[in-house]
Amino acid sequence: MAEMLIIDREKCNGCGLCVSVCTCKSLVLVNNVVTVIKKKECHQCTRWCTRCEEVCPTGAILCPFEIVIEEH
Amino acid sequence: MTYSRVAPENRHSVPLLPNPGEADIILDDMAVQVELLKSITYFSGLSLAELNSIRKFTFEKTVAGGEIMLFEGEPAKALYFVISGVVKVFKTSADGKEQVLYLTRPGDSLNEVPGFEGGPNLASARAMGAVVLYGIRKSDLEVILRDYPQVTLNVIQVLSQRVEHLVSLVEDLSFRHVTSRVAKILLEYAGDGTGQRPRLTQQEMAAMAGTAREMVGRSLKTLEEEGTIRLERHRVVITDKEALREMAGVVT
Repeated sequence: MAEMLIIDREKCNGCGLCVSVCTCKSLVLVNNVVTVIKKKECHQCTRWCTRCEEVCPTGAILCPFEIVIEEH
Repeated sequence: MTYSRVAPENRHSVPLLPNPGEADIILDDMAVQVELLKSITYFSGLSLAELNSIRKFTFEKTVAGGEIMLFEGEPAKALYFVISGVVKVFKTSADGKEQVLYLTRPGDSLNEVPGFEGGPNLASARAMGAVVLYGIRKSDLEVILRDYPQVTLNVIQVLSQRVEHLVSLVEDLSFRHVTSRVAKILLEYAGDGTGQRPRLTQQEMAAMAGTAREMVGRSLKTLEEEGTIRLERHRVVITDKEALREMAGVVT
């Protein structure tokens, strides 16, 4: 779950822009709010495109990155 | 350029865009809805009667996700307004690199400068998902600006905000400060993979770096191309710590 993107339901205004740009089609609107993610599709993405976070006008959807140092 | 009017009952049999990017503009009186015109910033503050008058100058255009609807350098045909979806406006360098100028969301306008002045498109525009646009030709725009002073005031406000955004972008790109600041943030927040350090969104990095989110995205891409980091699904992996420290201006 820590690897999933974060949705703030109170900030979501149901504009659906995130759904329209999602490259893996894993976002849906339920009762005009982004509340459910098709987890299987989202997990299949090898790399976060972060388009949903990019287009959201209210900052309701977040793609948090962990930053690590690769040991050689 | 030729125009044809399509009666609503025949709309389904006529492709709206037979040759995307080269198509003749097909005018459809019924497609443009006054209610949707209200959502456009340019037309903010206008009465229903005024919007109804403006409606006859507008046409609808639909674009599929991923399609480039405007090509930089091509003759501009119209100014557009986003009704639904998101459009990315960008310029492309000689070696194929894209620089995003801004995103346009419902209510926003794009292609204003050639729309007002004539001349070629200053940038390209790609639909990020399915997009519906309303367009107005340059000659019709002049009529609207003359007849509706409120529109002119709205246009000035929109263009002022656009200039402010672009000046900030130029500053960030010119001095490379942003990439250095992002490099520093990555070093500060790097953990050992056990999840002890907080995760960061690009929006949070932007706030810390004092820049726009799209600049953070570009900086991360630049750092990846330079081999100092690798972007994974939910992680930023620092692959060359010393090079990143140098980029960040961290003195050892």
